[in-house]
Amino acid sequence: MTPKVSLFIQCLVDSLYPDVGDAMVSVLEQLGVSLDYPEAQTCCGQPAFNSGYSNEAKAAARHFIELFADSEAIVCPSGSCVHMVRHYYPVLFGNEDEATRKLTDRVASRCYEFTEYLVDVLGVDKVKARFPARVTYHDSCHLLRGLKIAEQPRRLLSAVDGLEFIEMNDSDICCGFGGTFSVNYPDISTAMVDQKIDNIIASGAEFVTGCDVSCLMNIQGRVSRRQEQIKVKHIAEILASSEAEP
Amino acid sequence: MSNFSAPSSYTEGARRGLADDTLQKNLQHLQNCYGRGAFEQWAGLADPDLRDKVKRRRMETLDNLDVVLSVLIDNVREKNGLVYCARTAEEAASYCLEVARKHSVKLVVKGKSMVSAEIGVDTLLQNEGIEVVETDLGEYIVQLRQEPPSHILGPSVHLNRRQVGRLFADKLGIEYSDDPPTLTKAARKALRHKLLHADMGITGCNIACAETGEISLVSNEGNIRMATTMPRVHVALMGLERVAATMEDHRDLLNLLTRAGALQKISTYISFNGGPSPVGDPDGPEEFHLVLIDNGRSKILADPEFREVLACIRCGACLNVCPVYGRIGGHAYKSIYSGPIGSVLTPLLYGINLHADLCKGESLCGACLDVCPVNNDLPRMLLALRNKLAYGDPGWQTTPHKPSEALAFKFWRMLVTKGARYRFALATCSLIQRPFIAENGMIAKLFGPAAAWTKDRDLPPLAKQSFRSRWQRRKKEQHSINGDEDDNGRGQ
Repeated sequence: MTPKVSLFIQCLVDSLYPDVGDAMVSVLEQLGVSLDYPEAQTCCGQPAFNSGYSNEAKAAARHFIELFADSEAIVCPSGSCVHMVRHYYPVLFGNEDEATRKLTDRVASRCYEFTEYLVDVLGVDKVKARFPARVTYHDSCHLLRGLKIAEQPRRLLSAVDGLEFIEMNDSDICCGFGGTFSVNYPDISTAMVDQKIDNIIASGAEFVTGCDVSCLMNIQGRVSRRQEQIKVKHIAEILASSEAEP
Repeated sequence: MSNFSAPSSYTEGARRGLADDTLQKNLQHLQNCYGRGAFEQWAGLADPDLRDKVKRRRMETLDNLDVVLSVLIDNVREKNGLVYCARTAEEAASYCLEVARKHSVKLVVKGKSMVSAEIGVDTLLQNEGIEVVETDLGEYIVQLRQEPPSHILGPSVHLNRRQVGRLFADKLGIEYSDDPPTLTKAARKALRHKLLHADMGITGCNIACAETGEISLVSNEGNIRMATTMPRVHVALMGLERVAATMEDHRDLLNLLTRAGALQKISTYISFNGGPSPVGDPDGPEEFHLVLIDNGRSKILADPEFREVLACIRCGACLNVCPVYGRIGGHAYKSIYSGPIGSVLTPLLYGINLHADLCKGESLCGACLDVCPVNNDLPRMLLALRNKLAYGDPGWQTTPHKPSEALAFKFWRMLVTKGARYRFALATCSLIQRPFIAENGMIAKLFGPAAAWTKDRDLPPLAKQSFRSRWQRRKKEQHSINGDEDDNGRGQ
């Protein structure tokens, strides 16, 4: 049976990094997955929720749940958004009627992060990709601690043709993004991302990748300001790559 | 005179911490060693479920705290110990002063105790002309510098040996040295004198045991043993949550405490104290006082959202893994309780509005939850605090914190609940951004709240075509190739 996936394209991917969405589509299609894209999707509600505005977050969540109510599997190229749907939607709707709670649980339990879906659901360890470069990987916090995803992306990366995988020091330490934290406390946030970038550079990698564009946007934004040579790519872009040169 | 002045705000404190090279170096070392080390301790536990079990017992104890405390009180009194229950910090500190007056105390030696700082007992005693000396080396150092501790377990973690060398040369009148054994010896000599002449010892309480009617104290310097047995009077201060119901619970908690905080299977010394020394026994105090301190804890206990924070055993492990604490240090928090635990506890004890920055100044990375010996879900509680700041809560005397932010999220809600409005907003931004895009394709300067982002970072611009537009075009192309076959797209 052909697996069916509804694309959950994180708001930042949709508006800032559409290439990441395209790359995920290309990998999934190559694996014979049938895709649909609920076009009215906006944001999962995480920015409001993490800032304490649970009513506003709930409104966004309700919109999301209506859109994805019938989906067989919902796949997203962002760990923190999946964490929001999987762990916090049931909290937000915990006091609602049974039908709403059931629907929330259904959507929550069918929501997967991209690499998690490939490895744990489809059972894919290797995709057809070529990326001849030295690559290191940043563990995003909600992905790592909330969803316990660490092994899946590493396995997929290590199997890419030509790719040399390098672990950096403290790959599991926060990059300092934290949503509104980064604009409310820019000095602390910058100090955190600086340490992340220092570790990336020290690893000797040419590229840093990860499963969450929010963190990658933060790293890329600082790399650009510091005028460092490190390049930043979402894991979907690497897994969709077939270039002789990255 | 102290050179220390408290920072005016969290942000200002953070800035100071970030600019302090010694602090940066020390915190890096602390986190590499003790932060990583705590995770290794957990990985090496013989019983991998121990933390879950201890947490369950901890919550059961809190659920029955009135009963457990009354057993503790009865058992301490049974041993001729005196027990006082203080509702507030002032009551607790005044009680200590009364005891000191009764015994004509001139010199007090202290064991390291966060709760003693919470109730401000030192100042009260000093104002009465009583000398108060910290005997934990780290606490002694910050006391001599007249500044607050910057870490729950390592009070002077922000200092290096040269600073301590200069301090000791100045205050203890020794020749300058930055050799740690020399400095330790000098402190030991000075403290030994104080310990031998003190009339009263004041300590905290790591974990009390209701079943045996004792409090326990862990230390690696031996100062606790002297401070609790040499003076005529011993006063132990205890936050009312720091109790285990049974000796078995106590053993498990102690096991986790020393591993989490100091990477030790067991600390060098553990002292159990429950009453004065028996008649005829030359060792131990003539009088033992246990002061149970509420000071806002029963309010926390009564709130199911926050009760969990009282499970904390103050091991300090969350400070050792927190990437925010690891950059800014303890003084930025402007509270005795710093780091992740302080960010939850301080607002609850002293006011959520007053300490809004502590509620909001974390990235919610979750490392604190991962390392906590009792699995305290601090990120969840930080979110609950932010929720109170967003909407206010009369029960916690909290008012909505930032009207502009509330308004922004109301507006955001209008956009994200309607696809069409959301698209329109993005299209508008896409037009506005054009003049801001620099040569390298990034946005380097923005205005309003977004300026905080571009202060030190660039921002990628909105893509010319969103993923949604690209998807629609693709579908159209596929349609024109495949005719009118049904596609899977749905939802407008």
